[in-house]
Amino acid sequence: MSVWNFSYAALGLLLAPLLPGIVNRTKAVFAGRHGQPLLQTYYDLAKLLRKGAVYSRTTSWVFRLAPAGGLACVIAALLLVPAGDYAAPLAFPGDLILLAYLLGLMRFMTVCAALDTGSSFEGMGASREVQFSALTEPALILGLAALAYATGSFSLSGIFGGVTRPDWLQVGPALVLVAAALLIVFLAENSRIPVDDPNTHLELTMIHEVMILDYSGPDLAFILYGASLKLWLLGALLANIFLPLSGRSGPLQIACLVAGIFVVAVVTGVIESVMARLSLLKVPQLLVGAAAMSVLGFVLMLRYAL
Amino acid sequence: MTADFARLPNGGVLPLVQLPRLGLERFRAAVLDEIAKSGARLSAFFACPGDARGHLLIAVLALDDQGVLAVTSCAVEREYAALTPDCPQAQGFEREIAEVWGIRPLGHPWLKPLRFQPPRGAPAAAERPAIGLAPFFAISGAEIHELAVGPVHAGVIEPGHFRFQCHGETVYHLETSLGYQHRGVERALLGGPAARTIHYMETLSGDTSIGHATAYSRICEALGRIRVPARGQALRGVAQELERLANHIGDLGALAGDVGFLPTMSYCGRIRGDALNLTAILCGNRFGRGLVRPGGCGCDITAGDVERLLSRLEEVRRDTASAVQLLFESPTARARFDDTGALSAQTCRELGLVGVAARACGLARDVRRDFPYGIFQFAQLPVCTWESGDVFARAYVRWMEIQQSLIFVSEQLAALPDGEIRRVPTDGTLAPERLAIALVEGWRGEICHAAITGADGRFACYKLVDPSFHNWFGLAFAMRGQQISDFPICNKSFNLSYCGHDL
Repeated sequence: MSVWNFSYAALGLLLAPLLPGIVNRTKAVFAGRHGQPLLQTYYDLAKLLRKGAVYSRTTSWVFRLAPAGGLACVIAALLLVPAGDYAAPLAFPGDLILLAYLLGLMRFMTVCAALDTGSSFEGMGASREVQFSALTEPALILGLAALAYATGSFSLSGIFGGVTRPDWLQVGPALVLVAAALLIVFLAENSRIPVDDPNTHLELTMIHEVMILDYSGPDLAFILYGASLKLWLLGALLANIFLPLSGRSGPLQIACLVAGIFVVAVVTGVIESVMARLSLLKVPQLLVGAAAMSVLGFVLMLRYAL
Repeated sequence: MTADFARLPNGGVLPLVQLPRLGLERFRAAVLDEIAKSGARLSAFFACPGDARGHLLIAVLALDDQGVLAVTSCAVEREYAALTPDCPQAQGFEREIAEVWGIRPLGHPWLKPLRFQPPRGAPAAAERPAIGLAPFFAISGAEIHELAVGPVHAGVIEPGHFRFQCHGETVYHLETSLGYQHRGVERALLGGPAARTIHYMETLSGDTSIGHATAYSRICEALGRIRVPARGQALRGVAQELERLANHIGDLGALAGDVGFLPTMSYCGRIRGDALNLTAILCGNRFGRGLVRPGGCGCDITAGDVERLLSRLEEVRRDTASAVQLLFESPTARARFDDTGALSAQTCRELGLVGVAARACGLARDVRRDFPYGIFQFAQLPVCTWESGDVFARAYVRWMEIQQSLIFVSEQLAALPDGEIRRVPTDGTLAPERLAIALVEGWRGEICHAAITGADGRFACYKLVDPSFHNWFGLAFAMRGQQISDFPICNKSFNLSYCGHDL
């Protein structure tokens, strides 16, 4: 275990708030606007951390626990993600299951906190979040299972270190299917268009945003930071699949992966610019479609993987 | 039959002595019969102080296919048999009559306050009824939940309260409760016209300044026997279509924004500003304040202004076409608009909807064609309709009207008549004891103003009907059986005025 093993998680903690800035800047370019500064999320975090928090009298400790708990979950999950050949700091066989459930635990806390407020809006958002995440999880787990089979490793570090150029030549179509499924998972988990609209002010249409309406000050900062880290984390999984960097020098691998994550953010901005959000009735079709792609990828791996 | 109604054209004046005064039962039968048989619409239905025996109920029916207004009245003391059970479009009017004058429409199915205003004649210091506190229609059941939205909303919009009865994500019923913007405009207009009157008109609903100011000016012109010069009429028509243009473009952008389709949202937001700036070239104000005045227009434009207007109009046309094309060609945006919030033509007819909402249900209702006034007597605009009645139809009708308005404005500017813009009569008095009615097609739909002058030639009664007054109930019906997450786009596709309703 070298400093490189930790460098990636450390870079994530540092650079993650840049990702929403990149997404927003991409969208601004498409819309013909200047857009907000790239570093806006950092400014927002700094501002929110200096503020006090307001708590509704109807809420309990559940509401106050969720922001810190959620942030802890996503940071723990970040420690499971490898960078190219460098295993993650917490790598162990089966850690991909832990990753899925750390994200699940984060969501569980947000949902409980939303229900804790007793607001009908937040209840509605919680209901939507749970419904859609139940459909997202199979796509994520099956996609990871397909990769695990192809690489013969049950650890994220083994999986992503193991995706090599020969793999792309051998089972490229299966990898593309899995990557497409993970891209949809990425958009859904991060509440992006076409599943959710992070910019809307219309509480009746929101999923994630409506659940955090009652938060303010440092709690909101934790949530915003946690959301950036989640963007980084799932973006890193995608970048790892597409960049078979095994065997290159350490700094090059890290630099390529960071650049890859930024590219994922740009792609997200492009997707958000060229399409409208789906109707909530159609979202399950998209998510089940992602799961189907994962299954198909898995079946192809079973047949053709080395 | 003819004796039951007095018939007058749009902008017509009727001496009060010629206004038919029917008995209560005959009044009710005549109005219902006319609406059922000839498809007339209830443009306005209001009460005004009558003689010692009580109040006068006045019904203004619009006969679209004949282009005439039929007016009748009856004296009423404390109560009468409500029209609403047989004629749903009367529901808002009857609630208003009950609230303002204390006259009970017997048999009205949902008689709750409309604006929570103090009754007319109450002392000035009287407490206003607690706003919004009234029973709401409720559904009970294990899986039914109620959702209350507003009056304070996210975003910079007007206040209003919405109460949804939902089953999961499906809306069973929506009830709107407004009145938060009530200013007492109709009361303030009594005894006018005064120096303030035109300013009340221009701010009745800020985005319809031209529409309401035109309707008021036409009332004054009808009662004051003024003929507006040709140049004044043409400029009014140009201003009115520019208002329509700017608001429709803004609405298409807002619709795109509500489904998260960013390009059209951003572009249309900017182009709306460009279109408003065209109105500023006309009169120095982006919303057309100070332009329309009784007798004509408040300001003139030069040949240089016309040049600038025409060249910038061309830019607006080009930019709008490309931005709107993006929206209608995007499959994901179309998927959100199609079949969302659909109204049938039948429902639309029964609720008496007007303007874009009615034309999107395939009903060709347009005051500019049916009751032509001003410049529209000489330059006709085609009526744009679409059959499907959904959000897409309301968006597409807007787009078609944008194109027609662009053509109209260009043609009018290119052939602007010379001469004076305003003719103010020397004595400036209004004819006494008359009823005058003016209809105008504002960008939302039909605006109806009705004024009654007293013996001194001052307003004894002034009734304002904004198109929103007819259409709010249409939104409630459009939401039935819809996804609650589609409320914002349904709401935006109607884009009704809160203050125009609350007055």
